[in-house]
Amino acid sequence: MSAKGFPAAAREALADAQLRRNLGKATSTIRAKRAAMVEEVPDWEALRDAGAAIKARAMATLPEQLERLEASVTRAGGQVHWARDAAECNAIVGGIAREHAAREVIKVKSLTTDEIGLNDALAGQGVEAIETDLAELINQLSHDTSSHILVPAIHRNRVEIKRLFEQTIARGQDLGWEATAIAEAARGHLREKFLSVPVAISGANFGVAETGTICVVESEGNGRMCITLPRVLITVMGIEKVLAEWRDLEVFLQLLPRSSTGERMNPYTSLWTGVRAGDGPQEFHLVLLDNGRTDVLGDEVGREALHCIRCSACLNSCPVYSRTGGHAYESVYPGPIGAILTPQLRGLQNAPTLPWASSLCGACYEVCPVKIDIPSILIHLRGRIVREHKSRLSPEALAMEAVGRVFASQRRYERAQKLARLGRGPIANAALPGWSAMRDLPEVPAQTFREWWHSRTPGPIRGDGPAP
Amino acid sequence: MVTLLERLGCEVDFPEAQTCCGQMHVNTGYQERGLALAQRFERVFADAEVVVSPSASCVAYLRENGTGLDGRLTELTEFLVDRLGVEDVGATFPHKVTLHPTCHSVRLMGIGDRPRRLLERVRGIDLVELGDAAVCCGFGGTFAVKNADTSMAMLSDKLRDVLNSGAEVCTAADNSCLLHIGGALRRQRAGVRVMHLAEILAAT
Repeated sequence: MSAKGFPAAAREALADAQLRRNLGKATSTIRAKRAAMVEEVPDWEALRDAGAAIKARAMATLPEQLERLEASVTRAGGQVHWARDAAECNAIVGGIAREHAAREVIKVKSLTTDEIGLNDALAGQGVEAIETDLAELINQLSHDTSSHILVPAIHRNRVEIKRLFEQTIARGQDLGWEATAIAEAARGHLREKFLSVPVAISGANFGVAETGTICVVESEGNGRMCITLPRVLITVMGIEKVLAEWRDLEVFLQLLPRSSTGERMNPYTSLWTGVRAGDGPQEFHLVLLDNGRTDVLGDEVGREALHCIRCSACLNSCPVYSRTGGHAYESVYPGPIGAILTPQLRGLQNAPTLPWASSLCGACYEVCPVKIDIPSILIHLRGRIVREHKSRLSPEALAMEAVGRVFASQRRYERAQKLARLGRGPIANAALPGWSAMRDLPEVPAQTFREWWHSRTPGPIRGDGPAP
Repeated sequence: MVTLLERLGCEVDFPEAQTCCGQMHVNTGYQERGLALAQRFERVFADAEVVVSPSASCVAYLRENGTGLDGRLTELTEFLVDRLGVEDVGATFPHKVTLHPTCHSVRLMGIGDRPRRLLERVRGIDLVELGDAAVCCGFGGTFAVKNADTSMAMLSDKLRDVLNSGAEVCTAADNSCLLHIGGALRRQRAGVRVMHLAEILAAT
């Protein structure tokens, strides 16, 4: 993964006018849909509280829930594997595919498998992974990466997709400009794969410990094809996706679709429990993936990020994401949730600019269906990076220290105010080039507030607090 | 704000030892220094009956960090509407005005429509709607410097909405957003100025 850092990557993305247009349109449409769907639920706030509480309980009892899940899945005829990191997980999945002599595997849209780079790892083992989610397919065909949790090709418009298909899966055809005709090309391509490829790979939205049931929600139905038609099904699930009880689903199946696509219910909710003779895949593997998650649990503030149900409401609501798009975050988890999840999963030193990729406006927290306090976690992670990974002698640290010393003393503060009157203009503008590219600094008034206050309240200085 | 509060019958004091609440430090990752400033704030204002601040952002931050003087710290519009029970402050301001509600006023403080209610009672005012009003202007403290390009993209959209509103004055209950929006309006020679809500409410 390249690491330009957010400011530089965002700078590039912001220069792309087509991207800005595509994103602005898509995010504002989905924001409005979500708002309307949430508005009509009278107990939305109670549902959010319930979602947060269920996740907090599952995380607090994680070892127990995972063992229950393993027992339930095994009882239902599935096989459970444990993967510490990406390499272990990719080896397990590749091993199963090769056991069945699969040259191709079909995939349900899954962020977790993107996180571990499964497709590339499989290619290295001679197995081609075929994405079946329309947007993931678009990205795969154009050798592009996802820029949104839910709508991975949100940065593409219809014209770009038509041209892509005409150069790949519909070579030599003229698909016209109708969205349905363009989508039909993908449908024809994928149907053939659904019927012929023997192994499918999915992620999981939820895994229920009580019953051993895996749940995937989707819009297109291509996921449903993958989990029902092939002989072998492999699910890669991050360990934080476990729910204790079956009844917990009731809360999340209300929260998730309204928050993500702005629908009362998503078109396809697939639930499966182990294997059943003569019906669907005859072999089911569940791979439970850690890949940094237990480290995140060690941070009492930051671990709330593991409650995320990947709805993407925070992306669509974020004024930063809706302008830069997802690639600027240089991670499969973009937007506000990515800014707190990626640094924690990868190690703070490996994504040190992401916690600052926010103006702390609070729009993400307001829409989060499980009430993850993203702004507070951002501030917490900023503090950790400053304390654990930044030099005390960096220009920023020195400037913050100097300003802090000024603020700590009335005498220094008042002297600085007087100096500001003399020193602003060229000096201040040179000191703040980012600011001064577009904004003037305010004019320093001829009289400061303190001077005005003195001029109207003769006599000794009143109300002075204790000396610091 | 002093003029406004005195007109409404309050006795106003200004402890001159006050400096900064430390929000910039905390939000940039320098918690130790920032929280020391927040505690300094509490010491400086320890004897006040009520502390009124014209910045929702600072108030929200101080409360969140447990340095809100046990409920004696209030934001200006909260103080006027809830403590004094006043919506008509007796102001006259015959100008076309649009209100930027500010992220921290709305989402952190939850001051709701108090600024709007106060403005609506100002004589002569022509209050016009701001498009996408609740969207951040892109300031975010040091965000505007550390992520200057992204901040500018956000600010451009806010300026477009301010100019489209046709207002001659853009107001808010927070100076930091106004510093940001106002700085760009001045640079563009846009012919629109920014004024803190208190300045409008003090006008007669």
